[in-house]
Amino acid sequence: MWQYLVDRRELIAFQAYQHVSLVVQCVVLATVLAVGLAVLAYRSPRITGLANGVSAIGLTIPSFALLGLLLAPFGFGITPAVVAVVFYAALPVLRNAVVGLAGVDQSLVESARGIGMSRLATLWRVELPLAWPVILAGVRVSTQMVMGIAAVAAYVLGPGLGSLIFSGLSRLGGANALNATLVGTIAIVLLALVLDVVLVGIGRLTTSRGIRV
Amino acid sequence: MSESTPTTTVAEERTVSGVSIRLEGVTKRYPGQDVPAVDTVDLDIPAGQTVMFVGPSGCGKTTLLKMLNRLIEPSGGKIFLGDEDVTGQDPDTLRRRIGYVIQAGGLFPHMTVGTNIGLVPGMLGWDKKRIAERTDELLDLVGLDPDVYRDRYPKELSGGQQQRVGVARALAADPPVLLMDEPFGAVDPITRQRLQDELLRIQEELGKTIVFVTHDFDEAVKLGDKIVVFDVGARVVQYDTPEAILAEPAEDYVADFVGAGATLKQLTLARVSDTELHTPVTATVGEASAAVVARAEEAGERYVVVVDGRGRPVSWPSVAELSRTTSVPGGRDERLPVVGLRSTLNDALDAMLAASQGGVVVTGRRDTVAGVLVVEQVMAAIQSTRSEVRG
Repeated sequence: MWQYLVDRRELIAFQAYQHVSLVVQCVVLATVLAVGLAVLAYRSPRITGLANGVSAIGLTIPSFALLGLLLAPFGFGITPAVVAVVFYAALPVLRNAVVGLAGVDQSLVESARGIGMSRLATLWRVELPLAWPVILAGVRVSTQMVMGIAAVAAYVLGPGLGSLIFSGLSRLGGANALNATLVGTIAIVLLALVLDVVLVGIGRLTTSRGIRV
Repeated sequence: MSESTPTTTVAEERTVSGVSIRLEGVTKRYPGQDVPAVDTVDLDIPAGQTVMFVGPSGCGKTTLLKMLNRLIEPSGGKIFLGDEDVTGQDPDTLRRRIGYVIQAGGLFPHMTVGTNIGLVPGMLGWDKKRIAERTDELLDLVGLDPDVYRDRYPKELSGGQQQRVGVARALAADPPVLLMDEPFGAVDPITRQRLQDELLRIQEELGKTIVFVTHDFDEAVKLGDKIVVFDVGARVVQYDTPEAILAEPAEDYVADFVGAGATLKQLTLARVSDTELHTPVTATVGEASAAVVARAEEAGERYVVVVDGRGRPVSWPSVAELSRTTSVPGGRDERLPVVGLRSTLNDALDAMLAASQGGVVVTGRRDTVAGVLVVEQVMAAIQSTRSEVRG
């Protein structure tokens, strides 16, 4: 397996880069979308319930099936992979953002309004910063989860380490088949750990010392 | 004082930087409720006075307060600040001219003390340097050392300190009006008494128009120039000075609310500043002890009040204790009993009892020593007040 790794280090490095790039970009996009939706939703208990329901049910859809379904409108390639990964990444963030925003002490919101902050300024300077640690926890869950889902995206010819796994699985018993599958899987696990450490670091840098636990 | 100060006139030797507030038929009706929460209230609040709203919970006093800065939109009626009808004004702009203090200060935990205080000036477009200067000035005003507290976060402060910062934040842009919604409800009794003293002292200095909601009638008597007693629907039952309300409650309702001990409550009207204070021998931290001891012996004093570089009391040692040292020690006595000039005699007595001491240091402007009060003086004052009340 070591020989396999050395022989194909460039290909593996390239696929690892693609994998991380896909996940990071999708998580960023998903976070923006999910926080935006949460901002629209959290003031109304009905819509909050709806958002929580959608994120719970959404997570039960098998990723393999969703990717298959997305083939019809989008065809093979990057588009269905991105759509699926963003969809899954958005769900935990949405749930946490709604919970985080709803959990902001209402007396602080009233205090912000009372000293003359506009609705938007209150959201931007008080509510989002206070909800941020909870939102970021959602982002971490998302990132871990979609590292795996991004691998499945290779099924629709998306980019990343998934192609190693799938090519290995499809010719199991053949030369280097097991190596390819194992290398792909282990690389994903390692990269997921690295990303998590990075997110913890981002969390420390972006959370005010005043609300750090 | 910044240029936003509208009027500065001297009334009863007090600075007035506030404006009057006038309510005309202010009403709040919530949809689906037959009885309005606030029913056509007319009220005149004179500039520079502290007016206390008291009444049972649910009487609409807080709703009325929140209509003043339009956190709650009135369903009817008009509100004037000075001569200006503000009923139709943009609420955000209006609120930047009205200080607002809530329970526990309502400080934003993710911002430092300095940032919290600088929020309103920032929204009004002040430059950074001016905001920084104003922040330090206000921290000083509420008795917190700017260098120590400016960069702290609210969680690193005690409840009383948070409340002080809350007051500083409300005063940041020098608003003519201050609204306070049960601000001292969540602190322990001793801290509450100190905060009340502090507010009286600040108000003495600034002369804002303060509207203060409380359910504690003693607090209302202590802090208020005038008290409004409300019944359900924010019906104004009586609007008068504390003395008048205690002496002649307008209805049985007020008498019940004031409580049976009304004659004794007259005692809480007597202020420390009404009694003749004893001027102590003071010593600055770091001064040579021998000189201080000589000074005290010349004056025939057995105790010396030690003050810091800004004239604030730190400890109250006896001459015998001091003569054993070479220079005056700077250690702060945390149990040193201190009250403000505007404190009531009851507060002074409480402070003495809490510290198990026979006297209390009285502080005036910026917490500097104004004198000392000993238990005999308090007893004499209480005796004479009691005989007055009886007679």
